[in-house]
Amino acid sequence: MVNDKEVDRGKRRFLIAATSAVGGVATVGVAIPFIASMLPSERAKAAGAPVKFDISKVEPGMLVTVQWRGKPVWVIHRTPQMLATLQLHNNRLRDPNSNEPQQPPYCKNPTRSIKPEYMIAVGICTHLGCVPTYRPDINGAGLPHPWEGGFLCPCHGSLYDLACRVFKDVPAPLNLVVPPHKYLTDTMIKIGEDA
Amino acid sequence: MKRLVDWVDERFPLTATWKQHLSEYYAPKNFNFWYFFGSLALLVLVNQIVTGIFLTMNYKPDANLAFASVEYIMRDVRWGWLIRYMHSTGASMFFIVVYLHMWRGLIYGSGRKPRELIWIFGMLIYVCLMAEAFMGYLLPWGQMSYWGAQVIISLFGALPYVGNALTTWIRGDFVVSDATLNRFFAFHVIAVPLILLCLVVAHLIALHEVGSNNPDGVDIKKHKDPKTGIPLDGIPFHPYYTVKDIVGVVVFLMVFSAVIFFAPGLHGFFLEPNNFIPANPMQTPPAIHPLWYFTPYYAILRAVPNKLMGVILMGCSIVVMFFLPWLDRSPARSIRYKGSIYKLALVVFLVSFFGLAYLGMQEPTPTITMFARIFTVGYFAFYLLMPLYTKMDKAKPVPERVTFHGQSAAGTHLSFEPVAERVAK
Amino acid sequence: MKKLIGLMLLLAPLAVHADEGVKLQTAPVNLENKASLQRGAQIFANYCLSCHSANYMRYNRLQDLGLTTDQISQNLMFASDKVGARMTVAMNPADAAKWFGNAPPDLTDIARSQGANWLYTYLLSFYRDNSRPTGWNNALFKNVAMPFPLWQQQGEQKLVVDQVTGPNGKKVEVDHLVLAKPGTMTPTQYQAMVGDLVNYLVYLGEPIQETRKKDGIFVLLFLAVFFIPAYYLYKEYWKDIH
Repeated sequence: MVNDKEVDRGKRRFLIAATSAVGGVATVGVAIPFIASMLPSERAKAAGAPVKFDISKVEPGMLVTVQWRGKPVWVIHRTPQMLATLQLHNNRLRDPNSNEPQQPPYCKNPTRSIKPEYMIAVGICTHLGCVPTYRPDINGAGLPHPWEGGFLCPCHGSLYDLACRVFKDVPAPLNLVVPPHKYLTDTMIKIGEDA
Repeated sequence: MKRLVDWVDERFPLTATWKQHLSEYYAPKNFNFWYFFGSLALLVLVNQIVTGIFLTMNYKPDANLAFASVEYIMRDVRWGWLIRYMHSTGASMFFIVVYLHMWRGLIYGSGRKPRELIWIFGMLIYVCLMAEAFMGYLLPWGQMSYWGAQVIISLFGALPYVGNALTTWIRGDFVVSDATLNRFFAFHVIAVPLILLCLVVAHLIALHEVGSNNPDGVDIKKHKDPKTGIPLDGIPFHPYYTVKDIVGVVVFLMVFSAVIFFAPGLHGFFLEPNNFIPANPMQTPPAIHPLWYFTPYYAILRAVPNKLMGVILMGCSIVVMFFLPWLDRSPARSIRYKGSIYKLALVVFLVSFFGLAYLGMQEPTPTITMFARIFTVGYFAFYLLMPLYTKMDKAKPVPERVTFHGQSAAGTHLSFEPVAERVAK
Repeated sequence: MKKLIGLMLLLAPLAVHADEGVKLQTAPVNLENKASLQRGAQIFANYCLSCHSANYMRYNRLQDLGLTTDQISQNLMFASDKVGARMTVAMNPADAAKWFGNAPPDLTDIARSQGANWLYTYLLSFYRDNSRPTGWNNALFKNVAMPFPLWQQQGEQKLVVDQVTGPNGKKVEVDHLVLAKPGTMTPTQYQAMVGDLVNYLVYLGEPIQETRKKDGIFVLLFLAVFFIPAYYLYKEYWKDIH
């Protein structure tokens, strides 16, 4: 007959703990492949591979959108006048010196680019992910005054300048992301690979 | 923790449910090897549902994309190969486990009064499982998927008058096509699994209402402790059978993993080579037979030289199983106390079933067909003659109490004290 | 849909090969032999990929074989420029059907559907047959539509039919292949080449298979460890039951 004297409760507790521990490890081990299966697949990675782009195709003052990892990447050919406007409104920007890591180190400079005239940025608003509109028109309609050219997000009115830096008093918290990119030749860039 | 449970218990019968189905569900203490397969079937069901959900994240039910999407899962999705092999191996394992579970019911008379409904629910689960396996097999859209579906759907064409219209309706097209694939996908991933889950719940509720049978086929409720009302030969399912089932689960997982990691196709038994060729409606593969779990019925179908009769006989071979609880007239439920005629009949059945399973995989030749006919007769004779031979058979007297040999040398004597009380001491 | 059916039609002959009577030879498959797999990948890229695709395989996966992405793009990629691209073929299936009578089937899963030994024997069984449009026939796959791309290496085989008296006294026709014109390789070298190719095709059929087996050993060992506390837990509780 079983009674307290015969039941070794310590042994049972130990065996329960040991079995539960190994069982727990097994559960986690099984869960890992399932969770990992939801990460980008080889197809997504292949589609997200670096893209080459010939920037000489972009006329001065124009913006061309390139697709990289399914996201719109802007290539903006800034004119000297445009570049000159960049210093005019530093006091109205949230992060004029690009202290937040929204760009690779080699683009942490006043123009946020490798070559000052070519701005490369991911055109996705840092507020809720919409695509801002290119508004190079100085003091254009529906824009705050003064306006030296930049971007307006149509969803919630966030504003960025021509170096894709965010203005104060708009919902977006950060400057637009500058993707890793490098110059293969003088006019050929590769988006997705660090310089 | 205690307060949380109390809070829930006031609003939902949490502790009561736990007690009713686990800690105070009294199962006979003499369960043997065959009693692992019920819980294992539940485990495989969970495996199929979870892996199935993750497969649908990447599978495309479109005739132009299905084959490539399966290859995508196997090659481009991280661990996709594992999830797919768990699902495809799980399908075959499901049938192995369920066949062994049914075999247990057969030899110990588990479906006999008062457990007829448990048996019927179980049979309905089996039929759902067959539908699930059949429709799931179309989804990879390989040659065997395609032609398997073509052949099985054509069976309905044997029905008089409505046959042709019915097959066209099932396919949604004049041949197996994108429309068929799409609807089979819908049935496979949601409709049939929902029914299956409901039936599993019904199966368990019915079981816990009347209590489990056991290898002796004796009714443990006949001898209850007069004070507690607990069957003398009953032990709480939890912890005794939960800890036992964990051991069963670990051993089962070893077998399951061995297949998944070392032979996921199991030499064509679990994944057929021809199914790695995309479906081609213009070209039937040289040899076509269903996966192993359907081959006994397929052999019965081919054994009959008339299309309609073949289909009817194949249907009957499954329908007849539903009546098992009423066909057995022996005073003993369990094979342990049945006579030699029943045992002989069981051997005939086993030989016939395995024989048909084997023949269903072979190319039909006159010899194969002849043997298939003999085994078909054996298969049906086992069921249809059961009322006669179980009555004629001399059953041994059934004991009052279950036979149980404890682990310790001292434990071989029969105890009349229920476990719950002993533990409580 | 029409295109799809057309494509499938073209794949058809693979499924109907009549191979009764030919004994399959055992292919030297060894997926741990990376050098063999690399040679196989090269042969595959040079001789197979110009007509056959391997649509579900990505070039960069060949890193499994110990190749770098630069080696892959320089030595194995002729048709595409991105190393993550799939092994597609430039040939239009309809054109291919015109030229060969059938579009060459995709080879990604060919080793899974046909088996390594079949492929190995098939590639050793081509012989000269001027009655065929391509000038070649195959002892394993009668009236095959595929021309023989490795004839320069193997040379020309000839089908010889002998009259043999069978055990029951009846005359039986037995055919076998003889090398009529030697190629640039000796038969042993050629067999090794085909062996490497088939080895690679087996890898291609399931690139994960070696990793899978290693994972399996780990899983089984883990379950063996799991068994120990589970078993003693069961034994401990069941001491209660007499």
